[in-house]
Amino acid sequence: MPLQWRNDAHRFGLAARAFHWLAALLVFGLFGLGLYMRHAIGYYDPIYYTLPAVHKALGVSLLLLIALRFAWRMANPPPAPLASHTARERLAARAVHGLLYLLPLAMGVSGYLITTAHGRPFIVFGVKLLPSLVTGEHLEDKAGAVHLAIAIGFVSLAALHALAALKHHFVDRDRTLLRMLGR
Amino acid sequence: MKIRHAIPALALLAATLPVHADDYVIDTSHGHAAVQFRIKHLGYSWLLGRFNDFSGQFAYDEKNPASSKVDVTIQTASIDSNFAERDKHVRSKDFLDVDKFPTARFVSTGYQPQADGKALLTGNLTLHGVTRPVAIQVEPIGAGPDPWGGYRRGFAGTTTIALKDYGINYDLGPAARTVELFLSVEGIRK
Repeated sequence: MPLQWRNDAHRFGLAARAFHWLAALLVFGLFGLGLYMRHAIGYYDPIYYTLPAVHKALGVSLLLLIALRFAWRMANPPPAPLASHTARERLAARAVHGLLYLLPLAMGVSGYLITTAHGRPFIVFGVKLLPSLVTGEHLEDKAGAVHLAIAIGFVSLAALHALAALKHHFVDRDRTLLRMLGR
Repeated sequence: MKIRHAIPALALLAATLPVHADDYVIDTSHGHAAVQFRIKHLGYSWLLGRFNDFSGQFAYDEKNPASSKVDVTIQTASIDSNFAERDKHVRSKDFLDVDKFPTARFVSTGYQPQADGKALLTGNLTLHGVTRPVAIQVEPIGAGPDPWGGYRRGFAGTTTIALKDYGINYDLGPAARTVELFLSVEGIRK
């Protein structure tokens, strides 16, 4: 069978699946890296400055990936939900999927604000990506609290999304999870 | 009683009354005071910072400087080291833990004028929930009327504290175990 890049009425194409799994990897990687660099790295650790730079670079990469993914989704809509999915399941899935697209944007904004709160530019890949647009006393603390709270909410939602897929696979015994695995 | 007898009598009375020190409020509202610190970075340079939000008052009597008193309260979250990410880290549990310990306070216990015109101010510093005695080298800078109808008096002070004395144990390396404080206060007489 030739590689099927595009979605069709019943299957996710290779592009949609690659976007999905790469985003999942980045999301959990960023979460773990964020906690690790803040709580497990001492000042004399050789990667004390490296990890935050990597975290920023991966965060920007995730936002770019999501933008590309969304554009691809518009051009090549996903297959319809399985006929066996109830109306309530479809509504819940839509709501969760919507939040999974939107919340990374809030993560990006709050993360950007931590770094730029006192006027310094936002630097990733060694490049001044954005200047500081908003400054404020203690803005870095407020933005940091929001960044952590949304991160916890977001990975919880992603975990719920994964549990729902497992429920479809093992309890409902339908093809929901298999479709995202390319079967 | 005739007037010419009354004047020496009043003078005698004034001399025997307990002398009241003048009370001053530290002029933070117009920024004529500073709480600054410096700590060695890796042993290679000084990292400078300050606390932007603090308030206090002092009492000072020129005739009896030893009776001087000072009380200053610092809002620890107002730390400013000119780098937002570092300020956020210094406010965290690793250092000042400002959610748990929002204020630091210095309350004087003594003021000993020295022969060279300077003085040693002793007192208790509460920082990170720990209260310890500290001694501050004080230099009286000047005093006199200001151009706006008030009377002002100012001092500069320096002291050095060890972070671990205040339960701040984050490892910044062997060269960065103590912090020097530089205090500049100008008081407006009440």
